[in-house]
Amino acid sequence: MTGKPILEVKGLHKRFGDHHVLKGIDFTVEPGERVAIIGGSGSGKSTFLRCMNFMETLSEGEIWLDGTRIGVEKKGTVTYPEKQLCQVRERLGMVFQQFNLFPHMSVLNNVMEGLVTVQGKSKPEARRIAEAELAKVGLSEKHDAWPGRLSGGQQQRVAIARALSMQPEILLFDEPTSSLDPELVGEVLRVIKQLAEEGRTMLLVTHELGFAYHFATKVIFLAEGVFHEVGTPDEILKHPKQARTQDFLRRFGEFAF
Amino acid sequence: MNYVPDFSIVTDNWIVLLRGLWVTIQIWIPSIVIGLAGGFLLAQARLARRGWIRGTSLVYVELFRDTPVLIQLIWFYYAFPILVGVQLSPYAAALLGLTLNTSAYASEIFRGGIRSIHRGQMEGALAIGMSRAQAMRRVILPQVIKRMLPAFTNRTIEVAKMSSLASVISVHELMYQGRLLSSTYYRPFEILTAVAFIYFVLIYPGTFLAGRLEKHLARSN
Ligand SMILES: Nc1ncnc2c1ncn2[C@@H]1O[C@H](COP(=O)(O)OP(=O)(O)O)[C@@H](O)[C@H]1O
Ligand SMILES: [Mg+2]
Repeated sequence: MTGKPILEVKGLHKRFGDHHVLKGIDFTVEPGERVAIIGGSGSGKSTFLRCMNFMETLSEGEIWLDGTRIGVEKKGTVTYPEKQLCQVRERLGMVFQQFNLFPHMSVLNNVMEGLVTVQGKSKPEARRIAEAELAKVGLSEKHDAWPGRLSGGQQQRVAIARALSMQPEILLFDEPTSSLDPELVGEVLRVIKQLAEEGRTMLLVTHELGFAYHFATKVIFLAEGVFHEVGTPDEILKHPKQARTQDFLRRFGEFAF
Repeated sequence: MNYVPDFSIVTDNWIVLLRGLWVTIQIWIPSIVIGLAGGFLLAQARLARRGWIRGTSLVYVELFRDTPVLIQLIWFYYAFPILVGVQLSPYAAALLGLTLNTSAYASEIFRGGIRSIHRGQMEGALAIGMSRAQAMRRVILPQVIKRMLPAFTNRTIEVAKMSSLASVISVHELMYQGRLLSSTYYRPFEILTAVAFIYFVLIYPGTFLAGRLEKHLARSN
């Protein structure tokens, strides 16, 4: 792909105290790209994704969104004004492994919340948008349900609708199906596939290698705090060059493409 | 027992008791409302990133929790003026003491509540672009209040009862009027029974309504 990157990461480091998790990552995403991030547990996949929308503060490095550097540099130190981070997070929708729906709000209100509180839309307009997003994830008949009453798969679809409602330019998925019962994984992956067909820009951390193979335009194997191997799904998942990548895939055994 | 109770002493003086009740309410409601708001801010300080803010607020909370309320009220009336050079009215001293005391207890309730809400809730709110303040107001606080409602109800009841201690610094609230009447007429049985009854009538509806509210809020579980 050749185009202007929508997201650029330069020299990203992340430390938790002495624990150096991300050790210098450079990365660009172009509009319409779908990036799958794979790697062992504890390798820093979530941390990497969470740095993108500043759920974690960067220890070092820069993030550029649409040609603009995030953060304000003054006398060599970078600060991140809350207002700017809020805008960034609005533009980068995030879907969590644990859904993180608001349990005290109905399904519809969960999806309306950001539209009203963050974007200042009127209730009727927010409702119209929220209803459309819920219809898209196939949950029209669950408007009035409490999140706690839904299955995990349904909850995750509500969470996706909530992220979509803000019209994000990029979607970040952190193992969206890892806490689901196996029989509920399909319904969530179908929604993600549908978003892929719409041409949305997405970053997906996943252990569903079979899905990643069909979903992604680019696959990244994260290990030792760096992007160990990057390539097309075919290059990384079928013909990995690095021994470590081969090892990782072998441990996953056979997965259906 | 051949004592014949005569409650006419109560009915004859109901206006005095009513006046006392009104003062009780004037201590109770502001100290609980301001105390809860102050407690919320204090909880933020208890959870702050900076160590000295956490430390200072911890000292404040422990001072109020680990000394008798009675001393606190008397202290604000007799000792505090020496410190600041301004004499407080008995009412102001009682209100100040009870409000600060309430804020210390309420901060612990808020702090426990906020910490018991999973970190994911804050992240879920931030991820759709909310500021921390918006997330607190729309997502965290409603859940804290729901979860902590029994504790808040207890505190509210405690403060209503503690307000009777203000009688020792001559605030003319219900207990003060009751004690005055019973020593004037030598009818402690009737008068103190009536006073206890009035406290009950004051406090019980709140307990009842809080129970209903709890049920209502529990519907999303
Ligand atoms: N908030 C945190 N504080 C300290 N260490 C953390 C924190 N978050 C993650 N880590 C550590 O960083 C490493 C990477 O974690 P994570 O990004 O969650 O890995 P993955 O998502 O690949 O399983 C782990 O060793 C984890 O213990
Ligand atoms: Mg993870």
